[in-house]
Amino acid sequence: MTSPAIAISDNTSSDPRQRAPLITCAPDCALITETVCRVVEREKTPLAWYAAFAVSSSFTVVMFLAIGYLFLRGVGVWGNNIPVAWAWDIVNFVFWVGIGHAGTLISAILFLFRQNWRTSINRFAEAMTIFAVMCAGIFPAVHIGRVWVVYWLAPYPNQMQMWPNFRSPLLWDVFAVSTYATVSLLFWYLGMIPDLATLRDRAASRWRKLAYGLFALGWRGSARQWHRYERAYLLLAALATPLVLSVHSVVSFDFAVSQVPGWHTTIFPPYFVAGAIFSGFAMVVTLMVPARAFFGLKELVTIRHLDNMNKVILATSCIVGYAYATEFFIAWYSGSQYELFAFLNRARGPYYWAYWTMVVCNVVVPQVLWLKKCRTTPWIMVIVAILVNVGMWFERFVIIVTSLSRDFLPSSWGHYAPTRIDVAMLLGSFGLFFTLFLLFCRYLPMVAMAEVKAAVSHHPGSDHRH
Amino acid sequence: MADNVPQLDSSAGALKVAAAIGRFASAGALKAAAEAVRDEGYRHWDAHSPYPIHGIERSMGIRPTVLPWLVFGAGLTGAAVAILLQWWTNAVDYPFLISGKPLFSLPANIPVAFELVILFSALAAFAGALLLSRLPQFHHPVFASEEFRRATCDGFFISIEASDPEFDEVKTTGLLEALGAESVELCRLPAAAPRLPRAFYTAAALAVCLALLPPLGVAWYRAAPKRQPRIHPLHDMAFQPKYKAQAASDLFADGRAMRPPVAGTVARGELDEDPRRATGKDEAGNYVTSIPLAPGAAIDKAMILRGKDRFRIYCAPCHGLAGGMPEGAAGEDAEKWQGMVSIRAARRAAGGEGTWTPPRVLTSAYVQDQPDGKLFETISRGVVNQEVRTMPGYAVQIPREDRWAIVLYLRALGRSQNASAGEVPPPVREASVSEEP
Repeated sequence: MTSPAIAISDNTSSDPRQRAPLITCAPDCALITETVCRVVEREKTPLAWYAAFAVSSSFTVVMFLAIGYLFLRGVGVWGNNIPVAWAWDIVNFVFWVGIGHAGTLISAILFLFRQNWRTSINRFAEAMTIFAVMCAGIFPAVHIGRVWVVYWLAPYPNQMQMWPNFRSPLLWDVFAVSTYATVSLLFWYLGMIPDLATLRDRAASRWRKLAYGLFALGWRGSARQWHRYERAYLLLAALATPLVLSVHSVVSFDFAVSQVPGWHTTIFPPYFVAGAIFSGFAMVVTLMVPARAFFGLKELVTIRHLDNMNKVILATSCIVGYAYATEFFIAWYSGSQYELFAFLNRARGPYYWAYWTMVVCNVVVPQVLWLKKCRTTPWIMVIVAILVNVGMWFERFVIIVTSLSRDFLPSSWGHYAPTRIDVAMLLGSFGLFFTLFLLFCRYLPMVAMAEVKAAVSHHPGSDHRH
Repeated sequence: MADNVPQLDSSAGALKVAAAIGRFASAGALKAAAEAVRDEGYRHWDAHSPYPIHGIERSMGIRPTVLPWLVFGAGLTGAAVAILLQWWTNAVDYPFLISGKPLFSLPANIPVAFELVILFSALAAFAGALLLSRLPQFHHPVFASEEFRRATCDGFFISIEASDPEFDEVKTTGLLEALGAESVELCRLPAAAPRLPRAFYTAAALAVCLALLPPLGVAWYRAAPKRQPRIHPLHDMAFQPKYKAQAASDLFADGRAMRPPVAGTVARGELDEDPRRATGKDEAGNYVTSIPLAPGAAIDKAMILRGKDRFRIYCAPCHGLAGGMPEGAAGEDAEKWQGMVSIRAARRAAGGEGTWTPPRVLTSAYVQDQPDGKLFETISRGVVNQEVRTMPGYAVQIPREDRWAIVLYLRALGRSQNASAGEVPPPVREASVSEEP
């Protein structure tokens, strides 16, 4: 494997007089193709990949065993109780849906803002989005009790002569998450068709050619095809931008439309969306740093890309921290003793450790990213990103469990503790996520080659490719 | 898919030129060449590049796509479908009130409408882009070229198809060379399209037939009459491992699933410290001669009025409002003193229909001489006279304290119906005298 000539070693300069190069290798189409495709095309799968796959797929099996046990015995195998009727199932759901926001943000919103640096990471982030939404979708589907009638959520004519209640945010959620999963998948797949055609045309074996050829749909890179493709991509980006903002808003309605103290707040939609972007970018950084090193993509996914993502993490961390402060202020300013109690109970009640874990991980730790040294050092940013995701998981735990466990009536208070099945399902969902992710790294192009080529082929000065 | 089709089956016959392709050095060269090809009047041709080239659609004369209008239409459809769906299902076909929310209100319907606008638009954008580009299309002349594989890596190509009326092997390749193509190639395809082996169709037909068997089996099983209960893979709580009322059970010696309470069991709220109030008898089994009161209770006007109220509901229908016709009223209209049930039953008995035992006169000495406990027991258990039940027990209908109140009222009735004129309080007596004409 020959290392390509490195044109620029450091592209993190913030000198505005000079446009920083997008990639640090030569802007050569063949080189870009080779760099991305050799990951997929290597003859022997690395042993480390097998080791990682063995671990992650084992956890996936654990998850499906736990789900099977849940189906046999019912939701009583979880620690959920009354009053904490929503617990880790919904915590995990909101956590994974939040993770899934970075992909569409990078591919849609940054596309509309003509942030060309997105081209190196958008495929990766979109894949992560889809896998995260798949993990998320499992939890509400299995938490309904009689899972074999999950189709009752859909409005279809039935012999019961009943229809779902469209005035409930829970049904809005069904529509929002399923639309988001569908649109993300379409966006991801449409963007991948030209790259699948590249893999098809480079395929050495008949089976590879058949498989990639089938999904490339006969793409020829013709100008007529590119014309419609670009228009469709622009439209999908324009559609996905409000969608990505709406999905976590609707998820937050599940809480905000209810009357539980600590949930019934108008700040929830923007606060949830900021938190989702925060956790999503953290997950991209967590996965991207090892992947770019392991798969030899450092010239395409440069330190500057990581630097940019860390700036987004820092910005959203500040928004989230501001939201935490606002919640407390409004709880005091509302004059409602229940509101005020709910928030004091978060900080000082039986789950105080979860609250302070959340604050430290989400607000305090990311402040190190003000330092350029921390934004450009891979191991530091990975630690920060992992802690951010720990913090964001605890944020959902704090919102859901502390609010439910102590609401209006002290006589109805309760305590929640997870069971082994709860733990197995959380770990298992990570197993599923990483299993899908490893398969993606092994068999699909991790970087959007056609988009990088387009971005680097145009003159940096007159950069208006659309 | 992109395989050289001729290699699939070399016996397919002669090869035929299907397209000419030329490779150009750069995107700029491709754009310039595209303008020239357009000006030559070709129509079945295209330019190929590994990434979209800005402005090439103008060089080639590609008209703007209708895709945005398709997407706009799909978005409007999504909005209409969402609003109509929510209105019809929740306000028309299955209206149910929940939390006092209106059956149809736009604010509640916006989220779903928004999501369906996005969903319909995105599906239209995706499907529209593919179909307008005539994808999927796995078979195309340019795939016959080995070099064309570079089109998805770093190659810039122009392809002119043989189906174009202007196409001429010599002239077209000459044009591409003249435009500066680095290499020019003719793509050849078999004259006859390659055919799949006959065994493939047989196997496919067989597979379809076999795939139909399981659903047919299920359908047959569901439709055929059965002696045994059908298989229920999911019980849906229809069959629950529990006993229902009056069910049989092998577990207990008496064969019944319902269990009597253990001897000495007292139901909640029925524990009584004073058994006299429950039975009307003292420890020795003799009827009590005074009303046993609950702790803190007293015999007062409220208790008499409560007894009167209950008496008029439960007793008066048979016994009459005054407890029956007293002896001193002999000769008067008997029905005046009787309750409605007695009147009707007596009339029917007089006409030869059924039998009727007239109720006791409650103000008679026979009743009034009984101890209070005996009266209480009669109200509670009723009367059986020579194995014929002449009065039902009221224990289940009248709470215990009310039965004692009725006993008290019976005493009041007995006193009033047997009173002498001297016992009537003077104001009442004067009033009743003055009313008489």
